[in-house]
Amino acid sequence: MLSKLGILFIIGTLFTSLSIIFLTFKELKAIDNLIPSKIYKFSLFQLFFSISSFFVLLLAYILSDFSLVNVYENSHSNKPLFYKISGTWGNHEGSLLLWINILVLFSSLFLFLTKNSDKSFKILTLLFQNLLIITFLIFLLTNSNPFSELFPVPLEGLGLNPILQDPALAIHPPLLYIGFVGSSIYFSAALAALISKIDSQSFAISIKSWVLVSWFFQTVGILVGSIWAYYELGWGGYWFWDPVENSSLMPWFVMTALLHSILVLERRIGLYSWVIVLSILTFTMSVTGTFLVRSGILNSVHTFASDPSRGLFILSFLVLMVFSSIFIFFKFSPKENKKYSIFSKEAFIIANNWFMIFFLGVVLIGTLYPVLLDTITGSKISVGPPYYNLILAPFLIPLLFLMTSGPNYKWISNDVRSLFNLVLVLSVTFFLITFFLIKENNLLINLILFFSIYLITQTLFDFYESFKKKNINISRIISHLGFGLLIFFIYINHIFSVENNFNLKLGETKKTDYYTIKFVNLEEQSIKNYKSIIGYFNVSNKKNFTSKELRPEIRVYDKPFTITYEASINSNLFSDTYLTMSNISDTDVFNIKFQVKPFMNLIWLSVLLLSLGGVLNFFKRKKNEKN
Amino acid sequence: MKKINYIIISVLFSLLFIVLYLSLGNEKIYNTQDLVGKKISEVEINLFQSNETFNTKELTNNEFTILNFWASWCGPCRKEHPNLVRLSKIKNLKLIGINFKDEKDNARNFLRENGNPFDILGEDKNGKNSVNFGVYGIPETILIDSELKILKKYIGPLNINDVNEIRKIVKK
Repeated sequence: MLSKLGILFIIGTLFTSLSIIFLTFKELKAIDNLIPSKIYKFSLFQLFFSISSFFVLLLAYILSDFSLVNVYENSHSNKPLFYKISGTWGNHEGSLLLWINILVLFSSLFLFLTKNSDKSFKILTLLFQNLLIITFLIFLLTNSNPFSELFPVPLEGLGLNPILQDPALAIHPPLLYIGFVGSSIYFSAALAALISKIDSQSFAISIKSWVLVSWFFQTVGILVGSIWAYYELGWGGYWFWDPVENSSLMPWFVMTALLHSILVLERRIGLYSWVIVLSILTFTMSVTGTFLVRSGILNSVHTFASDPSRGLFILSFLVLMVFSSIFIFFKFSPKENKKYSIFSKEAFIIANNWFMIFFLGVVLIGTLYPVLLDTITGSKISVGPPYYNLILAPFLIPLLFLMTSGPNYKWISNDVRSLFNLVLVLSVTFFLITFFLIKENNLLINLILFFSIYLITQTLFDFYESFKKKNINISRIISHLGFGLLIFFIYINHIFSVENNFNLKLGETKKTDYYTIKFVNLEEQSIKNYKSIIGYFNVSNKKNFTSKELRPEIRVYDKPFTITYEASINSNLFSDTYLTMSNISDTDVFNIKFQVKPFMNLIWLSVLLLSLGGVLNFFKRKKNEKN
Repeated sequence: MKKINYIIISVLFSLLFIVLYLSLGNEKIYNTQDLVGKKISEVEINLFQSNETFNTKELTNNEFTILNFWASWCGPCRKEHPNLVRLSKIKNLKLIGINFKDEKDNARNFLRENGNPFDILGEDKNGKNSVNFGVYGIPETILIDSELKILKKYIGPLNINDVNEIRKIVKK
């Protein structure tokens, strides 16, 4: 029943999308400057059908309707309601439906919310967006249908991978999808802008909010994913340069570059073609990431079942998308001949863009190189953190420096200012204090620490200055402050992290340089869909004589049979104490991984601060539009 | 100029897509078994007890050698250890243990508790050297002959059948 209803709604979405394409085509030839109300109506119907189809799938999950293959394979009637709901998008087919919903949502929002724009630009954007929607609907119906039926109906489902049963991970995919699928709307708008030849400023204004929204969700999505990895994977790390993590980071780099270059474009100073290239590139990177993750050509901690036929479809789509974009770009690209002074704001913004594109290149090569090498020569290599750290870290120094000095230059031209100032003196002082406290000998790390301190001090100083003048560019200040703090805390965390691995039996005590860890008790519990073995550990700090109780768990899930190791983390603002245990088969010895990780919460807070800047900018724009 | 850019970009993308298309049909899981029959690479390995190193070239002096990658923190290593002790009694077979990403104290305790079957004990503190042998996870065991050719590769703990198989190969 739900299956038929779901398919009906999908066909409804397909029909309305085709109608919109037909109407927009017809409208391209019309001379008047009004978009007919029919298009608005169809767009509303499309939104209704698409959201309804998603709700039908959601309902099937909530009711545990195992007549749907998708629900049978990914859910179980014993599962807590929250995870039944998140199970909807925790698999390939369901997440594809979410993809389509976001494409449709952004299509309607763009149509209804974009005001005072050129008609043909708006119509063409809608046309391209609906071509994307149609392609994904065909993919869904022919290859990855979440509403496929199963007969006879099984009594029980197979269950959701327990590692995905986590609140952070339940909201991680929707956030990321809004981020990178949302970028589709400025991909469509960029192609539309080329063909309709609208002026650069109107284009910048019409896409800026969308870029901000997708950038914000992408940032928060990546953050939530990192927090999940930190708590759930039990390795004590939060970023692994895993190919799938890289797939979310690549669009983020382009979005960040885009966000900055729009600032230039908004002021009619140039960069039109470049902004268009970035708009196209963001969504291209998103689809590339999706291809890498779903086709199974990469090995990763992420758990999409691999299927070459899916890969082939996404690859064909990517080919079509890239070549049409290249064709449209070269046929219609606008002419520009603007020159700027080296010491102007836009020069610094262009520098930011080069850094972002460089970072993108490094991550893209690191991710793709093993695949290409394997295919061409057959040799298998693995590109890991050392590659990224080695290549990316040195470039943080000039980036931090440009972020510090760039924003204080004026548009178009500027006089060279003296380098010596109060902020620099303060930064050097702060750095020397830090250096004295951490006693780190590595020159590169010290330079990075110094320049992050310089950026933090400068942004705080800017905040004070602009507050006096009541002309506050608060969003930039908050985001740059967030970035400076992020880099600072990542390195401090790196320097002061402690890790010990050892084996313990119940009742034994292990002494490390600063800590004493006692294995006090072991308990077994049966919980709804898993059995839990809980270890009680007493960790005392020899330095300040405090002690904490930590309770790591080993969980044995029955559907599907999986063992997970739950870290126990005692967390405060300045330091996390992290303990995981795993059993060694046929013995009563447990392997213990004990870690002390300073400033983890401040790392998360820094990313929140970074994304908060985007939100503030978004609302500032809305306020300006109203005035 | 515009036309040249157009062509270059299109060609580059085409090449990329062709390779990605080919990669769809490839075997994805890393299978180190295909190293069997190849020679091991010449690698300097740090010795566990001293600061000296030892080169895998020296293994040509042995008729057969087993390279075993282990760590005290690894449960399956504990399980396979009695089998290594069994292998250590074979005369024309030398055992090289490579302690993988481990702490010295723990490793010493492990050998004290379970016995030390190794003729030479090396260490690979950060796991980099082991990659030269195609080892990413432990335990793994490689059997080589005097020409340094890999005869067998065991991924995961050795069981008694593996021990018997090694006995047979070495006796021939």
